[in-house]
Amino acid sequence: MSKKPQLTRSKLPISGRIVMFFIRHLQHAMGSMGELWRNPVSSIMTMAVLGVSLSLPAALQVLVKNAETITQSWNSAAEISLFVDDARSERTIQSLITRIKVYPEVSEVSYINREQALEEFQSLSGFGEALSYLDTNPLPAVVTVTPSLRYSSPTGARELLKKLELEPEVSFGRLDIEWLERLQAVVKLLERTVLAIAALLVLAVVLVIGNTIRLAIMSRRSEIEVMKLVGATEAFIQRPFLYTGIWYGIIGGILAWIIINLLVWYLDSALAELLGLYGSQLQMQSLSLVELGQLVGLASFLGWLGSYLSVRHHLRAIEPS
Amino acid sequence: MIQFEQVSKVYPGGQKALTDVNFHLKRGEMAFLTGHSGAGKSSLLKLITVIERANAGRVSINGHNIAKLSRKDVPFLRRDIGMIFQNYHLLMEKSVFDNVALPLVIEGFSHGEIKKRVLAALDMVGLYGKERHHPIMLSGGEQQRVGIARAIVNKPPLLLADEPTGNLDPKLSMDILRLFETFNDSGTTVLIATHDLGLIARMKYRILTLKQGRVLGGEELTSAPASPLTV
Repeated sequence: MSKKPQLTRSKLPISGRIVMFFIRHLQHAMGSMGELWRNPVSSIMTMAVLGVSLSLPAALQVLVKNAETITQSWNSAAEISLFVDDARSERTIQSLITRIKVYPEVSEVSYINREQALEEFQSLSGFGEALSYLDTNPLPAVVTVTPSLRYSSPTGARELLKKLELEPEVSFGRLDIEWLERLQAVVKLLERTVLAIAALLVLAVVLVIGNTIRLAIMSRRSEIEVMKLVGATEAFIQRPFLYTGIWYGIIGGILAWIIINLLVWYLDSALAELLGLYGSQLQMQSLSLVELGQLVGLASFLGWLGSYLSVRHHLRAIEPS
Repeated sequence: MIQFEQVSKVYPGGQKALTDVNFHLKRGEMAFLTGHSGAGKSSLLKLITVIERANAGRVSINGHNIAKLSRKDVPFLRRDIGMIFQNYHLLMEKSVFDNVALPLVIEGFSHGEIKKRVLAALDMVGLYGKERHHPIMLSGGEQQRVGIARAIVNKPPLLLADEPTGNLDPKLSMDILRLFETFNDSGTTVLIATHDLGLIARMKYRILTLKQGRVLGGEELTSAPASPLTV
């Protein structure tokens, strides 16, 4: 009996092995697609479950994206009102304005002098008559500063406000951004919620695919036993199942994308009406092509992961007896 | 080709299947393995195909010590063993062609090569022209021959058959045994487990008899390919 230290791994030459490696992968990929076609009802059910599961985090993503665009457009509306000391003359105020205008943080400055402020107040407040009884004009002159884009965020605007308050002519300044900060906090909370829900649904997708693949493995138990008996490696046996998982992911991802587009289309007119009431010209945005790619990519990865976990666990358990 | 040295197998429940089994099947030899049900025939075949591993002793197949074989190497060892089963183990939803082609597909042969070899194997077992049939459309004897074609299609050096004639009538059984003889003539080592003593008694091959987990007639007959049971 001759002693051979190593088992022959393959009887084919290396070049043939490399070519066959790709051909086999292609065959398995196509073959598992064919398997899905052969059991359309159960395949479609699984894909629908995946599509719905994936569409929820994707819908929340769309929501966050749109909320961000809206808050961004409001961000730039942040304005700083500087109230000038009553004692200052018109000339010092003008020199203050010129100084502020050259600030790199400032994009626009407008000035309302005391008379203009009084007129405006009279016409808008309805206290016009009452004001005429006063001896002096109680209203200060106001310099309105619009920060440049980089300083329009709440923190940036606040920094700028502090700097402006150091000007000797300014008695105090006001930045009305509390509501903006609250909105941003809400958006942040929304983002966190999206992440948490997305994580849960991603887990659900992995579990659904894992279970589907488990059932597929169980129904082909005898075939797997025979394959093991005639010398199939585990890599060979698991490959079709992995491709099945990837197909489930890809098709589930595309389904989710379709669901999102239908949802956006359905909501668009209602939202346009709402935004129209706020005088906004914003259009609801759906998922971009890049995001479609990300969605399908993530879904196919989840499909692979779910089936890999399932295959690892269940294929080993099947041994010929 | 197959060497057992003081091999024992005890199943987890404490059931002793094989005790101190010694025998050596040489390359190119053909032999029968007999014994009552429960005498350990299946256990012995499972040790050869590494479905089970021995608790004690040394099993070597085709020069490989089974104890040193890792889990990953098992499939490659099995590619050198053609296995034939009593209940055929065919894939019922696949055609005869696909069934026979399975070992070649697993080894990664090209489509043309697979076709050539499968048709040659089917021709050898007398099933040429039935490659498009499904196993369910074939008789028991034909299904067994599909199983044999699958076992020989990648030309393994060793053929193992577990009760290959168990479900067949005597005439068909003889045909199947003749088929094994032709493979043996071309150099394949053949080991056939059977309890059909009447069938093998007329043949001139060595017989290993298992009795309560021990092999009778294992060592002393390694030289002469003649059996004490020859009529």
